[in-house]
Amino acid sequence: MPFKKNTAAITTYGDHEVIRPENKLRGYASDTPLEAGEEDPVARAERALAELSGDFPDWMDDECERLDKARNTIVQRGIDESNKMALFHGAHDIKGQAATLGFPAVAAVADSLCRLIEFTPTPQRIPLTLINQHVDAVRAIYREYSRSDAVELAAQLNHKLREVTDHFLVEENKGRPDIIEQITG
Amino acid sequence: MLRIDFKSLRFLVVDDNAHMRRILRTLLHGFGAREVYEAEDGASGLEAFNHFVPDIVITDWAMPIFDGLELTQMIRQPGGNANPYVPIIMMTGHSEKRRVTAARDAGITEFLAKPVSAKGLYERIVSVIVNPRPFIKTKTYFGPDRRRSTVSTYTGPERRKGGKADVIKNSTLFEKVR
Repeated sequence: MPFKKNTAAITTYGDHEVIRPENKLRGYASDTPLEAGEEDPVARAERALAELSGDFPDWMDDECERLDKARNTIVQRGIDESNKMALFHGAHDIKGQAATLGFPAVAAVADSLCRLIEFTPTPQRIPLTLINQHVDAVRAIYREYSRSDAVELAAQLNHKLREVTDHFLVEENKGRPDIIEQITG
Repeated sequence: MLRIDFKSLRFLVVDDNAHMRRILRTLLHGFGAREVYEAEDGASGLEAFNHFVPDIVITDWAMPIFDGLELTQMIRQPGGNANPYVPIIMMTGHSEKRRVTAARDAGITEFLAKPVSAKGLYERIVSVIVNPRPFIKTKTYFGPDRRRSTVSTYTGPERRKGGKADVIKNSTLFEKVR
């Protein structure tokens, strides 16, 4: 389908223009009610996702392995910009996906690892022990997820890791009140 | 209920994580979409944007080569590509206020914090179709109006000059679909 260029109404002011592009997408919305027996699109999408969910534990395995691999590279070679970002992306993806994949209690520890990486001004000063504890906690929470007390244990682990991480970050960011505010706020 | 004819819409999903792309594709197909294109980083996302000319772009923030913010800025180049006004939904695990502000200033249309849900994604899509904001062009910004409310007493340095503030009252999604 050839694309037609947007036309736009433009009003010019002293230091800016207000542009109202033609809304070609509005024609795809209507107030037509659902027909009898027709499924709500959100419910249909949720059902499609539920049908996919049998693969989610394997996907979570992949994400945890990726995080572990990034950690191992840092342990073997020391932290540099490239492997720091690999660790951050691994943790960040787990933080964002854990709930969708059915493991919401994993997300908080992954978030704590993201904060540790993001708010440490000199990454080489991040204690390897603290990185290891985060990565091991993510993997352990996922591995033990079927336990009845898994969520409670995850919360305890996260609380302790977060406490230690925040203490480290506050020390590392002395003299940077804006960062301290983000850490403690 | 407001209905969207998803089968006529063309989506581009840009995310470096294959699992997340699969989740988004599943949700969009579940809504009824037929045309869902994918790219795994900002560079291939820009290429796909120019090639497929999607109606709506859904992008992650953190990606290799260039990220979702940079992709947004490249799409929002007036005259630089086929459709600089395309709705861009940024979907990310970054949900801190400063991140939301940075995404807004890059020119995104809607922000969707992970974890993604069918309802959250659907609402953002309805919003960009039914309730589009005008675009603002200044020396330093081109993108959807960043103002969501009118503050007539604002006197800060970023106050627009040259006439009264041109702000559209945005109805809430609930008001729109009611």
